[in-house]
Amino acid sequence: MIKVTIDGIELEVEEGTTIMNAARKIGGEVVPPAMCYYTSLKGSGGKCRACLVKVAQGSAKDPRPMPKLVASCCTNVQDGMVVLNSTSPEVLETRRGIVEFLLVNHPLDCPICDQAGECELQNFAFDHGLQKTRSEFHRREFDPIDIGPHIKLHMTRCILCYRCTMVADQLTEERVHGVLWRGEASEISTYIQKAVENDFSGNMIDVCPVGALTDRHFRFRNRVWFLNPMDAHRNCSKCSGKVVLWMRGEEVYRVTARKDQYDEVKEFICNECRWDHYDTKDWVVEGPRAVEKWSVITANKYSKETVELPEQLFSKLDNAKWDSFEGVT
Amino acid sequence: MSRKILLDKIGIAGIETFPVYRSNGGYASVEKALKMQPADIVEEVKKSGLRGRGGAGFPTGLKWSFIDKKSGRPRYLVCNADESEPGTFKDRFLMEKLPHLVLEGMITASIALEANLSFIYVRGEFRWIIKILEKAIVEAKEAGFLGRNILGTGYNLEIVVQTGAGAYICGEETALIESLEGKRGNPRIKPPFPAVSGLYGNPTVVSNVESIAAVPWIVNNGGAEYAKIGVPKSSGTKLISACGNINNPGVYEIELGLPVKDFLFAPEWCGGMKNGKRLKAVVAGGSSVPILPAGLFLKTANGEDRLMSYESLADGGFATGTMLGSGGFIVYDEDQCIVRNTWNFTRFYHHESCGQCSPCREGTGWMERILHNIENGHGKMSDIDLLWDVQKKIEGNTICPLGDAAAWPVAAAIRHFRDEFEWHIKEPKECMVRNFGIAEPAIV
Ligand SMILES: Cc1cc2nc3c(=O)[nH]c(=O)nc-3n(C[C@H](O)[C@H](O)[C@H](O)COP(=O)(O)O)c2cc1C
Ligand code: SF4
Ligand code: FES
Repeated sequence: MIKVTIDGIELEVEEGTTIMNAARKIGGEVVPPAMCYYTSLKGSGGKCRACLVKVAQGSAKDPRPMPKLVASCCTNVQDGMVVLNSTSPEVLETRRGIVEFLLVNHPLDCPICDQAGECELQNFAFDHGLQKTRSEFHRREFDPIDIGPHIKLHMTRCILCYRCTMVADQLTEERVHGVLWRGEASEISTYIQKAVENDFSGNMIDVCPVGALTDRHFRFRNRVWFLNPMDAHRNCSKCSGKVVLWMRGEEVYRVTARKDQYDEVKEFICNECRWDHYDTKDWVVEGPRAVEKWSVITANKYSKETVELPEQLFSKLDNAKWDSFEGVT
Repeated sequence: MSRKILLDKIGIAGIETFPVYRSNGGYASVEKALKMQPADIVEEVKKSGLRGRGGAGFPTGLKWSFIDKKSGRPRYLVCNADESEPGTFKDRFLMEKLPHLVLEGMITASIALEANLSFIYVRGEFRWIIKILEKAIVEAKEAGFLGRNILGTGYNLEIVVQTGAGAYICGEETALIESLEGKRGNPRIKPPFPAVSGLYGNPTVVSNVESIAAVPWIVNNGGAEYAKIGVPKSSGTKLISACGNINNPGVYEIELGLPVKDFLFAPEWCGGMKNGKRLKAVVAGGSSVPILPAGLFLKTANGEDRLMSYESLADGGFATGTMLGSGGFIVYDEDQCIVRNTWNFTRFYHHESCGQCSPCREGTGWMERILHNIENGHGKMSDIDLLWDVQKKIEGNTICPLGDAAAWPVAAAIRHFRDEFEWHIKEPKECMVRNFGIAEPAIV
């Protein structure tokens, strides 16, 4: 076990733990945001740079600070390391820049996007972004395409986190899905408009932090904040069968895997559970799901944080954001 | 200051063929190295003070000593011949004129690293060089310097020529390794460094063509001899590819420590400014390094003469200094437009970003668009500060140094030539009527 201090909080973790995972052990404000890292996907992380933190002391042996901010999702802690996340103005300033970069080419079409309300980019921008865009340029444009019978790809919204390509890579035998081209022209694509077809392809939708990959059976049918998430399970030979039913009245609008407070799926579900059982009779309903992450989706929901809502809302609007809002100072 | 150890034999007719190269003392270092302990060769290279010529200037011997020999996994040497930096064209010259010197260096270095398989990753556009290298490999093999049981010592070595497919980013060592493995050329997250886990997860050393070409001389004459050339900390000779508004553009081998004034104005090297124009600015080490105005380039901030060495060029940090980089020496006369030049560089980085990390993928395009606006008379005063802010948010926050390389030229241009940016904004009409005789490339 080694000692690490994050934002002034000391804890002991096992050697080989990343800063991100150490921070998640503490929880709360100490946890850096993650737009590309996904615990269960091998090789994920390092790309979005949302999780950059400052290392004020490298280790007990070598107390020099690290010269640059480091990606907390792929940097291991050292014994005696001192990390600054939300207590470092430099980190917060950089993070503001990262939000801005992620939005330079983002269409900001939240009003017509199915992901709105459960979008990691929306939450990230709300927590760390500026109120106004400084880029007046043309944004990337693509036509939405179908990759198979279940999934729609809106490349305009993609932030190139590479998560879905890793799902496709790690859950399937044949690789039919990856990244084409380079730089700003990069796009997620299948091999010449091939369909992504395998029993677990639906998970690509769940891991997508934004509305780039959406469920063709659910698109435009309802807003997520009108739906009530219910934990449910069934006996499934292919997966754990543990899901969330998104219901309005008696009707099941969609079925997804269960996400933890970091928006991560721990148990991937199969396409049969996801798309072939829209009848509550097929499920053992466990009860309403507590939505842990504070976001639009928690409105009117069973939230562990519901009581804090108003206060949090005001404190969030108060700090820094208004200062940076051009014209208001 | 005009000692040559890389290009000394360049004038000999037929030096690109094995027999001529051999009869002029070629491949002696291989014979010598095979009789030495590998660790001793590494020690000689360390003593020589040779620093990586690919841009970063990391001591080559030290890098070699990091290679993991204990695990017993196979080790690889990769020669980085992906040279694509705007302004740098020295490696191609070396490979074209002296392919056997590069091969000799690779064989000697492979002996030092105890590698049995080595690669030379050549930029895809260098079609003719690939042929030259392949011919040289066949010749060396026939003569017993490559292949199984080299010179009867039991040492085996194969050298594979691999071509790139036209991506600048594949010159970054970990992207190069990915590309060699047949994958998309995305840089890897470091650590682990290639010396521990490189090609196919095995210990790998990636070195630049010019670094490798210096090894035969070091092995033949000893590291201590090499360290006597040049100046302390910047030992040896360096190839400089000079271009721009000078009388004699070309590739020159200089002894490090040569005053920049001599290099720029002496007839032996650049031969002064073309058409008697005045010097405006210099990019000393390829497009990635900060541009310097004439005054700061010729003399450091505290009034000393600047020298062509790692330390002297970096004197003053980025505030008043620059870097030796990969030796791409670009000279601008009074007629050149810094904004246009900066836009052009940024266009390159925008085009070449691999697109993995958000600051570089989005930031390079953003900077290019802002610069395009300013250059064409559509800029606003606030654009200058915005540009500064964008480059600052890219620098240091990316996976690989391409992000830094895109940010530095922009930062330096604003730092030293802010008035020129302002002029573009104040005089939009005049911006539009300037004729550079270049077709306006379409913005993407
Ligand atoms: C974007 C980028 C492009 C690079 N291109 C080259 C190149 O074309 N040739 C090269 O030798 N090194 C290049 N490098 C540097 C290599 O990563 C590496 O440092 C070098 O090959 C090491 O060799 P050296 O120690 O002999 O300099 C590049 C680095 C970056 C970040
Ligand atoms: S800095 Fe640019 S080139 Fe380097 S990994 Fe990031 S996106 Fe790719
Ligand atoms: S979460 Fe660490 S870089 Fe994206």
